[in-house]
Amino acid sequence: MNTGEEKAVAALRALYRRYGYRHYKMSKFEEYDLYSRNKEFLISDNVITFTDTNGKLMALKPDVTLSIIKNGQDTDGMQKVYYDEHVYRVAEGTRAFKELKQVGLECVGTVDTYAVYEVLMLAAGSLAALNEEWVLDISHLNVVFALLEDAGLSAEDTRRALALIGEKNRHELTALCTAAAIPSEKAAVLLELVGLYGTPASVLPRLHALLQDTAAAPFVSELQTVSDALARVGFGDKIHIDFSVVNDGNYYNGFVFKGFIHGISSAVLSGGQYDRLMQKMGRRAGAIGFALYLDLLAELPTSAARYDADAVLLYDGGAALAAVQKAVTTLTAEGREVLALSTLPAGLRYQTLYQLNGEEVTVVG
Amino acid sequence: MDKMLNVALPKGRLGEKVYAMFEKAGFPCPSIHENNRKLIFENPDCGVRYFWVKPSDVAIYVERGAADIGVAGKDILLEYSPDVYELFDLQTGKCRMAVAAPEGFRDDTSRALKVATKFTNIARAHYAARGRDIDIIHLNGSIEIAPILGLSDVIVDIVETGTTLKENHLEVVETVVPISARLIANKASFKFKSTPIESILQNLALQTEETL
Repeated sequence: MNTGEEKAVAALRALYRRYGYRHYKMSKFEEYDLYSRNKEFLISDNVITFTDTNGKLMALKPDVTLSIIKNGQDTDGMQKVYYDEHVYRVAEGTRAFKELKQVGLECVGTVDTYAVYEVLMLAAGSLAALNEEWVLDISHLNVVFALLEDAGLSAEDTRRALALIGEKNRHELTALCTAAAIPSEKAAVLLELVGLYGTPASVLPRLHALLQDTAAAPFVSELQTVSDALARVGFGDKIHIDFSVVNDGNYYNGFVFKGFIHGISSAVLSGGQYDRLMQKMGRRAGAIGFALYLDLLAELPTSAARYDADAVLLYDGGAALAAVQKAVTTLTAEGREVLALSTLPAGLRYQTLYQLNGEEVTVVG
Repeated sequence: MDKMLNVALPKGRLGEKVYAMFEKAGFPCPSIHENNRKLIFENPDCGVRYFWVKPSDVAIYVERGAADIGVAGKDILLEYSPDVYELFDLQTGKCRMAVAAPEGFRDDTSRALKVATKFTNIARAHYAARGRDIDIIHLNGSIEIAPILGLSDVIVDIVETGTTLKENHLEVVETVVPISARLIANKASFKFKSTPIESILQNLALQTEETL
């Protein structure tokens, strides 16, 4: 883990603790069966497996959420936990094993409007803690589901339509609506939904007008309530409504969201309400949560990466220990990061080079 | 952070045609017309940077964020399923993905069909949808000679005019999917550069409406 990642993790843990989330520590392994039954929930279905000493097929955790649900109990009230774990996946393309840092939180219980707001606020807060330029895209899947159901699409066409909405692919959605003989006014609403993008203040008025008197109207009101609450804590302009956030409709329902940071090519944060997954796993409660993929932070340019060392202190091999100790102590007290060496390796990149002669320290490069 | 809009264009005739559309949409870059071997061209005045890449690589540049937007054939998008937005059908570079076989071919359904193709995922999905057992042979070029030499029964490939097929005594048996050039965008770039991207999108839509 690099220092950027360490600092990020510390900031995020402090943020989650402030809202009463408990740390949830897990084992690195899980029975493979858990993942094979819920393959589509995982971002990648390439799980690293091995056989344990009893002959049971085990997996290195590719995801944390499934384990939290599996190990939790149905209790009254709300269980709020955060985690900070490594997960293991097979990289697309290269097929090499990858260890990734995942930090996130889960709220399991009766998900009310406050719980939705709190999780979205913490998602926004997490992004803000990582970088200044960020965007949190929010969608309400029930709006999309209500419109697709109203259009009377077949199960196969619904699946296809969801994928096209996720791609903002209006041209093929138009073709699909035509092929499925969807009334033009219903198709027009669906197509406009795909094109809508922007802050709640700019999108919601149009959305209310577009969807009033439809089955989707109550869900638009939910979007409004939660967006208003987020605006009250200063997240009005960095939150965007975007119905292309679809996640997997088999597991998710209600609010779904993805977070982006300028300079990182894919979503660093992903989450939503996953009551459907809970039902599939035999749990009564609802749930909402998100995960952050901190390994992606490495895509951001950093100034530190240009140097191997901040300051190098070069001392003679025969120098007195006390003299070297004093020079290093003085420099670290000045806030420098000091690499003390008796010989300078070829190709070492440093910001400042100091030389110790006797007791005297001079800048030489 | 880079505020320029990075556009990946497919090298070749299609890319040149698409560049002309971008130029007309208000994002010109005159240096692109200079006759040299440079691959990157920029016009800081209108905040755009174009680069020529291999057509099949456009989607990778966009998915990884090296390009904010790009133009790729639907064949590439279907074959590699990159995680990008597919914003617009440019209605150009039109052709079709088709199954072709030697003239007079009869499909013997009692055994697996040998299919030679560059597009293994598209071919697999096409036959899986109808439950047909196939044996895929991945080739990188000159697909047309595979059935002639008995390497395969049929081929799945892009057909534009059909001339190459005819010269090799092949004919189209069925169309898998129509293909055209699509405007794609990196999902994160779309959030942070939505103004220029939407401006291009609207203008391209107007241009294609005019030509239709």
